[in-house]
Amino acid sequence: MSLALVVLLPFIGAILPPLMIRSGRTVCATVTGSVTLSSLVLLLIHAPAVYRGEVPVVAYEWLPSLGLRFSFFADGFGLFFAALILAIGLLIIIYARFYLGRDDPMGRFYCYLLLFQGAMLGIVLSDNVLLLLIFWELTSLSSFLLIGYWRHLPEGRQGARMALAVTGGGGLAMLAGMLLLGQITGSYELTEILGQGELVRASPLYLPALLLILLGAFTKSAQFPFHFWLPHAMAAPTPVSAYLHSATMVKAGIFLLGRLWPVLAGTEAWFLIVGGTGLVTMVIAAWIALFKDDLKALLAFSTVSHLGLVTMLWGFATPFAAVAAVFHILNHATFKCALFMTAGIVDHEVHSRDARRLGGLLHLMPITGTLALVASASMAGLPPLNGFLSKEMMLEAAGHARPPAYPWLVPGLATFGALLSVAYSARYAVHVFLGPVRDDYPQHPHDPPAGMWLPVAVLVALVVLIGLFPAAIAGPIVAGASDAILGGALPDYKLALWHGITPALLMSAVATAGGLVLLALFWPVRAVRDAMPRPEAKRIFDAIVLGAANAARRASYGLHNGQLQRYVMFFVVSVLVLILVGWQTGRLDAGTREPLAAGYLAGIAWLLLLAGCIGIVAYHRQRFLALILTSLVGLIVSLAFLYLSAPDLALTQISVEVVTTILMLLALNFLPKETVAESSVARRLRDGALALGSGAAFAAIVHDVLTRDFTSISAYHLEQSKPGGGGTNVVNVILVDFRGYDTYGEIIVLGIAGLAIFALLDGALRGPAARRLARWAPDQPRAADLHPLIPVVATRVMLPLALMVGVYIFLRGHNLPGGGFISALVVAIALLMQYMASGFGWAEQRIRFDYHVLIGWGVLIAGLTGLGAWLFGLPFLTSGFDYFHFPVVGEVELATAAIFDLGVFLTVVGAVMVALANLSRIARRAEPIPVPQEPMDYTAPVPEPATTAEGR
Amino acid sequence: MIELALTITYAAVGVSLLLNLVRLARGPDPTDRILALDTMVINAIALIMLLGIAQHTTLLFEAAMLFAMVGFVTTVAFCRFLLRGDVIE
Repeated sequence: MSLALVVLLPFIGAILPPLMIRSGRTVCATVTGSVTLSSLVLLLIHAPAVYRGEVPVVAYEWLPSLGLRFSFFADGFGLFFAALILAIGLLIIIYARFYLGRDDPMGRFYCYLLLFQGAMLGIVLSDNVLLLLIFWELTSLSSFLLIGYWRHLPEGRQGARMALAVTGGGGLAMLAGMLLLGQITGSYELTEILGQGELVRASPLYLPALLLILLGAFTKSAQFPFHFWLPHAMAAPTPVSAYLHSATMVKAGIFLLGRLWPVLAGTEAWFLIVGGTGLVTMVIAAWIALFKDDLKALLAFSTVSHLGLVTMLWGFATPFAAVAAVFHILNHATFKCALFMTAGIVDHEVHSRDARRLGGLLHLMPITGTLALVASASMAGLPPLNGFLSKEMMLEAAGHARPPAYPWLVPGLATFGALLSVAYSARYAVHVFLGPVRDDYPQHPHDPPAGMWLPVAVLVALVVLIGLFPAAIAGPIVAGASDAILGGALPDYKLALWHGITPALLMSAVATAGGLVLLALFWPVRAVRDAMPRPEAKRIFDAIVLGAANAARRASYGLHNGQLQRYVMFFVVSVLVLILVGWQTGRLDAGTREPLAAGYLAGIAWLLLLAGCIGIVAYHRQRFLALILTSLVGLIVSLAFLYLSAPDLALTQISVEVVTTILMLLALNFLPKETVAESSVARRLRDGALALGSGAAFAAIVHDVLTRDFTSISAYHLEQSKPGGGGTNVVNVILVDFRGYDTYGEIIVLGIAGLAIFALLDGALRGPAARRLARWAPDQPRAADLHPLIPVVATRVMLPLALMVGVYIFLRGHNLPGGGFISALVVAIALLMQYMASGFGWAEQRIRFDYHVLIGWGVLIAGLTGLGAWLFGLPFLTSGFDYFHFPVVGEVELATAAIFDLGVFLTVVGAVMVALANLSRIARRAEPIPVPQEPMDYTAPVPEPATTAEGR
Repeated sequence: MIELALTITYAAVGVSLLLNLVRLARGPDPTDRILALDTMVINAIALIMLLGIAQHTTLLFEAAMLFAMVGFVTTVAFCRFLLRGDVIE
C-alpha cells in the first residue's frame, strides 16, 4: 500500500499549494516541499528491502477485462529513479520559491509541479504497462501546463503545444507498442514481461513492437530527429527546465529503454536503431549546443546530447554499457540540474541569458560563478568530478563497440562527441563567468539569496563527492539499479578515478584538448557554420502541423459545411451504397414467409399517409400547410403503431405529436411563413432521384427482412420481463430495468438539452437579437381576442382530468402500456393547455415550481434509485420488487423501477416545459401582454392598431 | 350481428377519412384544412374503438382516450396561430 501512496501523495498533495498560497509564499513552498518529502520518506522505507533483493509489489484490480491493473513495484532501477525524482524535486521546490516573482501565481506552479511529480513517479514505479502509459500521458499533460506556465508569453504557449504534440504523439505510438508486447507475452505486468526476453525477441511482432516503443521513448527523450521540441520547451520558467528537461521528464524515455532493456535489447535491430540514434543525437546536438547563445538553449541541446549518450549506451546492449548508462543518468542529473539553476540565477540577476552579452560574472557573483564552473567542468568530463567517471566508462564501452565493417566509427564519433561536449561546457564557463567584467549588463549582477544557490551547492557538492569517492557514495545505488536491469549478472567494473593508462583515458585527453582548441577558434568556426544553410526545425514542424490542419479542415468542411441538406445527402448516399453492395454480394434476398393480408382500412390509412407525404414535398415552402400535413402523417403513424400491436409507441407518438406541433408553431411565429426557393432544377432532380432511390432500396430490404423467419432477442425479453423485472409490460421493463442505464443516460441528455435551450435563448434575448425583437412587428393580421372564454373554461375543466390520466398511465406503466415518459408528456400537455388558453403570465403566476429544478430532481431521483442497489450489494440500477399486503387495498406489487420511472417523469416534464416556456418567452420580449389577475378573469378584447385589426 | 355492424362502420369510417382527405387537399382556407385534420382525429378515435371491439381487447382504448384528450390541443394551437400568431401569449 505504501508504495502506491508514494505515487499518489503528490497527486493528493497537489490541491494544497493553491489553497496554502493565501498564507504566503513561504508557507506554500513549505507545504509543497513536505508533500514531496513525505513521499520520499515513504519510498526510502522500502529501500532496505529492495537492496536485500526483494521486490515490493502492490496491486489492485482496475479494469481486469482490459488487463489494466493498479499495480506498482519497486526494484533497484525504479527506486533509483523515484529517489532521483523526489530528491531533485525537493531542491527545485526550494529554488522555485526564490526564483518566481511576486506576480507569478505560485500556488498554481506548485500544483502543476506536484501533478507532474506524481505522474513521473507513476512511470517509474508502475508494474502494469497500461498504467505506466497513463502516467506517461499525464507527464505530457502536466509538462504542457508547466511549459505554458507563463501564458502571456507566445513562445511559452507555442513551446508547450509543440512539446505536447510530439511527446503525446509518441505516447500513442508507444501505447500500440505496449499492446503488441502484451500480445506477445500474454501479460501487461512488467514483472512478468521482464522475464520473457527470449520469447519476445523471437516473436515476429518483435520489430513492430520495438519500433513503436522506441518512437515513444525517442520523442520523450528528444532523440534525433525529434530533438527539436526540447529547446522550444525552454520558454518555461527555469525551475521547470531544470526539473523536467534535465533531471526527470526527458529521462522518462531512457528510463523506459532501460526498463525494457532485458526484454528488447540484444538484437541487431536494437543495436543499430538505439545505438545509432543515440550516437547521432549525441554528436549533432552537441554541435548545435556549441553555437547557441541563449544559455538555456545551450543547456537544452547539451541535455539532448547527453541523453543521446545514454541511449547509445543502452544500444550497445552490453552489461558494462548498461552500468555506465545508469551511472551517467545519476551524474547528468546532478550537474545538469545545477547548471540549469545557475543559468536561471544569471537570468534572474542580470536579466539576460545571451552569452554574447555576458562574461566576467565570476567576479560579481562569486558563489554562483564557482558553482557553475565546477558543474560545467563536470559536464565537460574533467577529473576529479563525476562527469569524468561516467564519460570514461562511456568511452570505454564505445571502444568495445566495433561493428566489423567500420571498426573506428563508434569510438571515433564518441570521442568527437566528447570533444564537442568539452567545447560547449567550456563556452558556458568562459563566455559567461570568466573574462573581464563588463559595464553594459542589463542589470548589475550580484549573488542571489541563499535559497537560490543552496540547492545548486547541494548538487555541486554531490558532483565533487561522487567524483572523489564514487564507490562509497554512488556504488550501492548504481549496483542496485544495474542489478535490476541485468537480472543479477553484474559485470566486472570498478567506479574509480584512476584505471591506469587506458584507451579511454587517451580518448578523453584528445577530446579535452580538442575541445579547448575548438573554443579558442570559436568565432572563425562560427562564421563558417553560419554561412552554411541548415534546416530550421520549428519551421518544418509548423509547416507539417499547418499542412495537417489544412487537410483536416478541407476534409471536414467538405463533409460538414453547415448545410443540413448536404449531411442528409451524404448519409442517404452511403446507405444506398451499402444496400447496393449488399445486393451485389448476394446476401440480401426475399424470404419465403407468406405475407399477411391487409384490410382495405389499412389501405385507406396508407393512402392518407402517402397523400400527406406527397403533399409535404409539394407544398413544403408553405410552412403552415406543411405543418398541418406533418400532423396528418403523425396521426397515421400513431394508428399504424396501434394496428401493429405497439400501444406504448402509439401513446408516445400521440403525445409527442402534440408537443412538437406546439413547438414548431411557436418558432414559426418569428420565422418567414414561406421558404425561399434556392435550389436549381437540376439539383432538385438529383435530390429527388436520390430520395426515390433510397426509399425504394429501403423498402426492398425491409421486405427482404420481413419475409424471412428470424430469431430476435425479443423472445428472451418477453420471457424475462416478469421474473427478472417484475412487470408484464416488456417495453416499460426494458426502459426502466433491462436497459435502465441507457434510459438514465438519455434523461440526462434530455435534461441537458432542456437547459441548453434555456441558456441559448437566454443569451439570444440579450444583445443584437433583443434589439431586433424589439423592432419586430407581427407579419399577419391578428384577432383582437387574446384569450377567448371557451378555451379558458374548457382547459381548466380538463386540467384535473388530464393530470388524473397522467397519474393513471404512470402507475400502470410497469404492467400495461404507459410509463413515466408518456405520462410526463400527458402532464406537460395538460399544463401547456393552461398556458395556451389563459396566457403565459396567468399560468406562470399559478404554477409555482421551477422546471429547471424539476429536471435536477428527476435525474437525482433516478440516480439515487440506481445507487440504492449498492446498499444491497447489487450492481448500479438493479431493480428490486416485492409484494406487500395492505389492508383494504389488498396485495400490491411495489418495484424500485417505479421510483426510477418517477425520475424519468420529472425530467421529461421539466425538459419539455423549460423548452416551450422559453420559446414563448421570445414573444413576451417582442410584445408585453397584460396579465389577467383574477382566477376566472379572461382578458377583454384589446383594440389593435387600425392596420392589423382585421379579425378572422 | 356485431360482425355486420363492424363491417358497416368500418366502411363508414373509411369513407369519411377519404372525404376528410379531400377537404384537406382542397381547402381552400387554412381553417378548412385544420378542421379536416381535427375530424380525422375523431375518425381515428372511432377506428381505434372499432379495432378494439374487433380484437376483443381493451388495450387500445387508452390510445383512443389520449387522442380524445390531447388531440384537440393541436387544433387549438393551429387556430391560435391563425388568430394571434403566438400560440402561448
